[in-house]
Amino acid sequence: MRLEPIANPSLARRIGFPAAALGATIVTASLLAMIAGADPFKILGLIVKGAAGSKFAALETLNRATPLIFTGLAIAVAFRAKLWNIGAEAQLYAGAIVAVLLGTGAIGSPFVLPVTAIAAMLVGALVLLGPVLLKTRLGVDEVVTTLLLNFIMLLFVSYLLEGPLKDPMGMGWPKSTALVKEARLPRIVDGLRLHWGFGLALIAACIVWVIQKRTTLGFEMRAVGANQGAARFAGMPVNTVLIQSALLSGGLAALAGWSEVAGLKGHLSLDLSPGFGYSGIIVAMLAMLNALGVIIAALFVAGIFVGSDSMSRAADVPTYIADMLLALSLLFMVLAVLLARFRVVRG
Amino acid sequence: MSERRHEAGEVVLRLQGITKRFGALTANSDINLTLRQGEILALLGENGAGKTTLMNILFGHYVADEGRVEVFGRPLPPGNPRAALAAGIGMVHQHFTLADNLSVMDNIRLGTEPLFSRGRSRTSVRGQIEQLSRDFGLAVHPDARVGNLSVGERQRVEILKALYRKARILILDEPTAVLTPQESDALFKTLRKATELGLSIVFISHKLHEVMAIAGRCIVLRHGRVVGEVFTDATDRAKLAAMMVGGEVAMPKAEPREAGPVLLQLEQVTTPDKGASPWLKRVDLALRRGQIVGLAGVSGNGQTAIADLVSGLARPASGRLIVSDKPVDQWSPRQALGHGIARIPEDRHKTGTIADFTLTENAVLERYTNPEFSRAGWMNWRAAEAFARNIITKYDVRCPGPDSRIRLLSGGNMQKLILGRVLEPGPQIILANQPVRGLDVGAIAYIHAQLIAARNAGAAVLLISEDLDEITSLADVIHVLSEGRLSPGFPRSSKTPAELGLWMAGQGFERVEHAA
Repeated sequence: MRLEPIANPSLARRIGFPAAALGATIVTASLLAMIAGADPFKILGLIVKGAAGSKFAALETLNRATPLIFTGLAIAVAFRAKLWNIGAEAQLYAGAIVAVLLGTGAIGSPFVLPVTAIAAMLVGALVLLGPVLLKTRLGVDEVVTTLLLNFIMLLFVSYLLEGPLKDPMGMGWPKSTALVKEARLPRIVDGLRLHWGFGLALIAACIVWVIQKRTTLGFEMRAVGANQGAARFAGMPVNTVLIQSALLSGGLAALAGWSEVAGLKGHLSLDLSPGFGYSGIIVAMLAMLNALGVIIAALFVAGIFVGSDSMSRAADVPTYIADMLLALSLLFMVLAVLLARFRVVRG
Repeated sequence: MSERRHEAGEVVLRLQGITKRFGALTANSDINLTLRQGEILALLGENGAGKTTLMNILFGHYVADEGRVEVFGRPLPPGNPRAALAAGIGMVHQHFTLADNLSVMDNIRLGTEPLFSRGRSRTSVRGQIEQLSRDFGLAVHPDARVGNLSVGERQRVEILKALYRKARILILDEPTAVLTPQESDALFKTLRKATELGLSIVFISHKLHEVMAIAGRCIVLRHGRVVGEVFTDATDRAKLAAMMVGGEVAMPKAEPREAGPVLLQLEQVTTPDKGASPWLKRVDLALRRGQIVGLAGVSGNGQTAIADLVSGLARPASGRLIVSDKPVDQWSPRQALGHGIARIPEDRHKTGTIADFTLTENAVLERYTNPEFSRAGWMNWRAAEAFARNIITKYDVRCPGPDSRIRLLSGGNMQKLILGRVLEPGPQIILANQPVRGLDVGAIAYIHAQLIAARNAGAAVLLISEDLDEITSLADVIHVLSEGRLSPGFPRSSKTPAELGLWMAGQGFERVEHAA
């Protein structure tokens, strides 16, 4: 059996297969729910309700989607150039650290927000610069280096929270001092938790889309990712393009951490990210590395996160059902995306 | 020559009504073929005519949609290479299937013995191999490592492998593509001997003179159909060519011309060893205005190194690369493009184009930084598309449109796009590395005509090819590469193919070295 690319996939194929994937997810999820001893129909209803059933739920989903859009974009940019950045988690925390360092009174208003944002991007970019230089100069596999940097960064954050950045009023909890008011992202809707980080994420997605489609840099990134040999032969500066991709990717991932601290939490703690850096990979793959697709994919993943969290509380089933649901939906969706563009041929 | 006819021989292989479709493409359509004991049957056709597909069906790599195969009167189960082997069919592929790190003997034994057995003694295997080498005139040492063998020797190992497995029918797919003229002659001797010993042979080729020289009967394929079946002593090359192409194709001829000043020069250039490709050893080469320089030689003798130097991918380790009278110190693909070097790469799929990119994107791949196509980092896709459309019409690229992905194009159309991309800016120097490999006659004639036109317009052309006919018909000056050494330049028609063949095999260089 092998896969043959389809020249121009029909619209029916491109919509039909993802729809079927959604159906398959629902069926399998129902089976899981039954095994856990709950009524499957009730559970599905609870997920939808938990993700989008009320104004509060919908805004919560948007909130959760914000860091996923940023990390999804970071991964999409890197993977498009075939730079396997598995370290978005580390870059995210780098951005969060900068938000706290500069946002707790070090700089006066009114420039705190733009300054911290730009500084966060720079530091996040620097975190990925090391691995990419090791790759281009010495051929060190960036999967290993970026992945391991995640653990180093977490331990570093842990050190900061126990030491230099520890909140003296934190009753001994490992969390940082709170950001000053000027360093916080304002809320979009008064009284509800949705902050302007979401708006910035949407803008970032549009900017990345424009870079990929309309600029020479985007052309180079796509060419280097699609066929490095041909790109080199055509005179493209392959290593420079890889470094530029890494800087953009690291900067975007750092914005995820920055916006979580400045928009949502107001301080840095070790539970800032429940794996947003890794979920970003899921988001980017679902979006087929398309920047605008990342928005939709992030909303989908965030919806499942929020919806199944709320479901497991309401229906009293174990929370790992939510995790399995997410993993299944991803597997089915990735398969559907593949089948939409390839046909299976026997022999 | 009529002794080459074997009408009386018993039929050993019969293909009936073979049809094979790949999607919308019909690779083989209702093909009938018989092979008789002791004959050499040529399967002649252009690239893409369906020769290899047909043989892959016979050998069980593909399953035919319709039709049946009979070997020695018994039907052959489809899609089973093991059954084909057991029935006595041996195949020598265009690309060898040998393990480089094993000895000749181990390669031959590989796959013939069960995993657990009391084992046959190595001496008896060796004896059999030596016997076969003597009988068929296939001289190779059984203990030599295949990785150290020349291409001609490897081919002998492939044939021995088939004979050792008791093949009664040998299928050779373009066996001379990688051989020097002398090696080809030796192969033909072996094949004649094999038929005397009772074997039957299918010889796949697109080279007319070989077919005329070796085969008794010839079946011509075109667009997947049998368009003719003739005895070679009752036809001639022109008739076969017309049958193969479906009409007359005039191959362009390059009229001799006065050459101008040197535009690019390699001076005593040496390059470091990069694994498989050998060193270049103190190579001197000059490309002149209005001249086609042909590089002949069996592939893997330094062609890649020279192509990489000229295209900007590599720099000389010692010696000088001189472009327009100035030695270059900075050298990269972009520098080469800046010096007006047009580069047609050897591998149009992997190096020349990006398969998933559109024609437009591929058209500007080398020149997207040109102010015509981008300003301050912003792509001007409208101009790029206009450029692609211009190439499509001017160079007759058959495609759905500039927005379609280039992977959908045939090799010939892909090459025409590359040709248009590099020729449109009016280059000074053209590197054409295997520009027509795998193309059909129409595309070959077109590309050759374009290269000649560029030369007549004043460009210096470096043509690298494994096909000696292509070199001798186009080049004004011919150099031969052998193990990283470059022969002196021979003017057009000053050497016969046989003489060039001796240089390809490395003879001649000694004399030069002695004289020096």
